[in-house]
Amino acid sequence: MSPISRGFRGRPRKDVDPARIPPGQYTVNDFPVLSAGPTPRSPLDEWSFTIQGAVDRPVSWPWEEFLALPAETVAVDIHCVTKWSKLDTTWTGVAIDTLLEGVNTEGRYVTAWCDGGYTTNLPLDDLTGGRAWVAYRFGGEPLDPEHGGPARLLVPHLYFWKSAKWVRGLTLTLEDQPGFWEAAGYHNRGDPWHEQRYWSD
Amino acid sequence: MRGLTDESSHAKTLSLEVPDWPGHLAGQHVDVRLTAEDGYQAERSYSIASAPESPLVELTVERIDDGEVSHYLIEELRSGDELELRGPIGGPFTWRTVDGGPLLLIAGGSGLVPLMAMLRHRAAAGSSVEAWLLVSARSWPDLLYRDELTRLAADERLHASYTLTRSRPEGWSGFAGRVDRPMLAAVGPGPAESPLVYVCGPTPFVEHVADLLVDMGHEPQSIRTERFGPTGTGSTA
Repeated sequence: MSPISRGFRGRPRKDVDPARIPPGQYTVNDFPVLSAGPTPRSPLDEWSFTIQGAVDRPVSWPWEEFLALPAETVAVDIHCVTKWSKLDTTWTGVAIDTLLEGVNTEGRYVTAWCDGGYTTNLPLDDLTGGRAWVAYRFGGEPLDPEHGGPARLLVPHLYFWKSAKWVRGLTLTLEDQPGFWEAAGYHNRGDPWHEQRYWSD
Repeated sequence: MRGLTDESSHAKTLSLEVPDWPGHLAGQHVDVRLTAEDGYQAERSYSIASAPESPLVELTVERIDDGEVSHYLIEELRSGDELELRGPIGGPFTWRTVDGGPLLLIAGGSGLVPLMAMLRHRAAAGSSVEAWLLVSARSWPDLLYRDELTRLAADERLHASYTLTRSRPEGWSGFAGRVDRPMLAAVGPGPAESPLVYVCGPTPFVEHVADLLVDMGHEPQSIRTERFGPTGTGSTA
């Protein structure tokens, strides 16, 4: 039970549906940036997206081929572990389901890896069933590098660090392997509705 | 809370006595949660300013326009009040003396707070790791911890530089204006010395400085960054 903060009222509550805001979050209209290092700048002619690891055959798409894959545009709410939530964000990208078509795997876990060396881990189930994408447009525009462009993972039902910026590929694994923030004290799964922020949650 | 100290016209340091504090690393932050009588809660992250060696946990809070939490912490909180904290939190943006150096610390505005914890740790532990600090502030009175920094810089292995972007005192001999490549080259150390680099500040500042450092040849893996956004969440992991 939290103690009452004497004299604290908070700002007037915004006119948003409280059912859309996970516990401990507040809404923002801008788009804060959170990264552990410099923003990588990868030339598109050197960019590719790869699925590898515990698969029958690795598969890779260069940028132009990736853009030619069937794309979806989705409007989702995103929730950062640092407490901000941003509602009704619009993204365009390729569903992970689409990328995994024709890939045979015994793997139940995924490590997403990125330019700049960042990794994050997810159960495969969190990436399939129309719940995750590799997105390259935000709000109808090409995705800015500081927000993860040319492409980032988009897994809106988990805290946003799982939506790895500058993503270049997925490695399927048989065992779960903690990624960058997950090894540094952040929760392994990161469900905002259960407020799974840190190891102790 | 045990005390409140003015750091500048718009920032104060909260000194907190935290029961069962597990200890922290320089560079980490805590989450502060406020609860209103109607159950409404607001949580923000604040960098820890004090060294791990300090008996009190100190947070430096910058007042942010329309910041419901920073306003409360600066204007309402009184000595003896209780605060709900979670933490310490944060792994990559930390430094221990055993991590070695040399250190290159670059701060924009209140991005100095976690870097100050590193310098205080370095001093408290008697470390001889060579360290360079560059702080960008609007004006001299806006610079946090300026008296303490002047004292710390008596250590000849700590090289502190400042750039003032908006106004400068008469006879100012430090840098002026936005951080640029010649300024970074003049501050040193260069890529050949393989410094551990920590950059903290508002997002555009960190983006700009980290890009310059990479262009100058610093290894991206040696550059650790912490950005904070216009929403005024303080600093985050």
